[in-house]
Amino acid sequence: MAKTYYNPDDLRKFGKITEWSEELGAKFFDYYEKVFEEGALSAREKSLIALAVSHVVKCPYCIDAYTKDGLQKGITKEEMMEAVHTGAAIESGATLVHGVQMMNKYDKLSM
Amino acid sequence: MALLKSLSARKDDLSKPENQLTFLSNGVFKKGELPLFKDKIAETGNAPLKPKKLEILQLNLGYMCNQVCSHCHVDAGPDRKEIMTKETMEQCLEVIKTTKAHTLDLTGGAPEMNPNFRWFVEEASKAGIKDFIVRSNLTIILANKKYHDLPEFFKKYKVHVVSSLPFYKREKTDKQRGNGVFDKSIKALQMLNAAGYAQPGTNLKLDLVYNPAGAFLPTNQEALQKDFKKALKEDFNIDFDNLFAITNLPISRFLEYLIASENYEDYMYALVEAYNPAAVESVMCTNTISVSWDGWLYDCDFNQMLALKVDSKVQHISEYNEDLLSNREIRISQHCYGCTAGAGSSCQGTVA
Ligand code: SF4
Ligand code: SF4
Repeated sequence: MAKTYYNPDDLRKFGKITEWSEELGAKFFDYYEKVFEEGALSAREKSLIALAVSHVVKCPYCIDAYTKDGLQKGITKEEMMEAVHTGAAIESGATLVHGVQMMNKYDKLSM
Repeated sequence: MALLKSLSARKDDLSKPENQLTFLSNGVFKKGELPLFKDKIAETGNAPLKPKKLEILQLNLGYMCNQVCSHCHVDAGPDRKEIMTKETMEQCLEVIKTTKAHTLDLTGGAPEMNPNFRWFVEEASKAGIKDFIVRSNLTIILANKKYHDLPEFFKKYKVHVVSSLPFYKREKTDKQRGNGVFDKSIKALQMLNAAGYAQPGTNLKLDLVYNPAGAFLPTNQEALQKDFKKALKEDFNIDFDNLFAITNLPISRFLEYLIASENYEDYMYALVEAYNPAAVESVMCTNTISVSWDGWLYDCDFNQMLALKVDSKVQHISEYNEDLLSNREIRISQHCYGCTAGAGSSCQGTVA
């Protein structure tokens, strides 16, 4: 077995998940491809959203994939970093908004 | 990272074409992880690869260049002394007069650095070729006073200028091609516009070549063209006609970069994964003959750099025979995956 949980080469093998479940794997990849097509949002915009989400879900494979995708699409590093901050802001906001729950509980328990 | 010296001047192992070809057949290809190009095209019914109608005659006027770009597949630079002689040019002119090709494409290095460049353009323009291209790296126009009038010279002979500008932003351009290259290129483009290039009603064509500044493939050519047009117009008031998105082939200095940055395997995987049988049908070698500075004939500029001469009885411009050449089989290796990835890649951009 590999000594690390994440191996960069595994990204290339992503397609192989279909081998153990042909139907679900194929459905997923069809869906995935469709999502990233040019639509009401441009492929460029979708790539930046994907990059932000990759960071929020902290997936090293996705981060590699969408950094490269961004470079391919001519997205600048400033744009990429702003996307990452957008994800990070929502993630920290999501943490902080729970502060209200903490405050509510605190007040409720306190005399 | 622009370089100071060519592989050749550094006496690097990769300066020898046979070493590059060996490298491209080893590793992932030897282990069978990735298919050899010849097996791949056989599998998709595209073998053997043969030329179709000859359309483009591409002449390499020499490997000398004022730049030393890190991705250069020619391994060009100021330290390269290989330059086409007037005698070879004369042999080329004989061929230009009779060829069925509709496009003449002068490249280098910086073709303008050949001392007989202007004489040759003048002579060649008399042959009535439909599309006469000069590939200019732009900075040459500002490199020395004697080149400042090139835009006017090009205009006089109705030359179709094809110029490389890796990106519409300074940082990426300078990283790949050297500090100050971006500003000089912008200035040169403005000079070409001022001479009438890419202006309505002048019929003077100016196209740009984009190639990725790193170990990734180019994206959709149209989308990039839109981005380039918008940015160059808004920031610098520059106009151009078409943008050609070109894939970097894993040879010469780009191969050196891929190996040094540990991107080689991933890059080859990406190329093979993006293999598109439709692109194989119109790869550049199917409609082009490439002539080296010393008059040898090749299927394309890349094969020229890999010293893979045409597989034909006729191998030199001095014995040029279009009919005999059209019967040849094209010489291929794993670098060819660069031409068949995605929408394909040629000197005229995407092909499929
Ligand atoms: S300008 Fe062109 S020929 Fe010259 S070093 Fe750069 S890529 Fe090579
Ligand atoms: S590298 Fe040359 S020979 Fe190979 S496919 Fe491309 S144009 Fe043809």
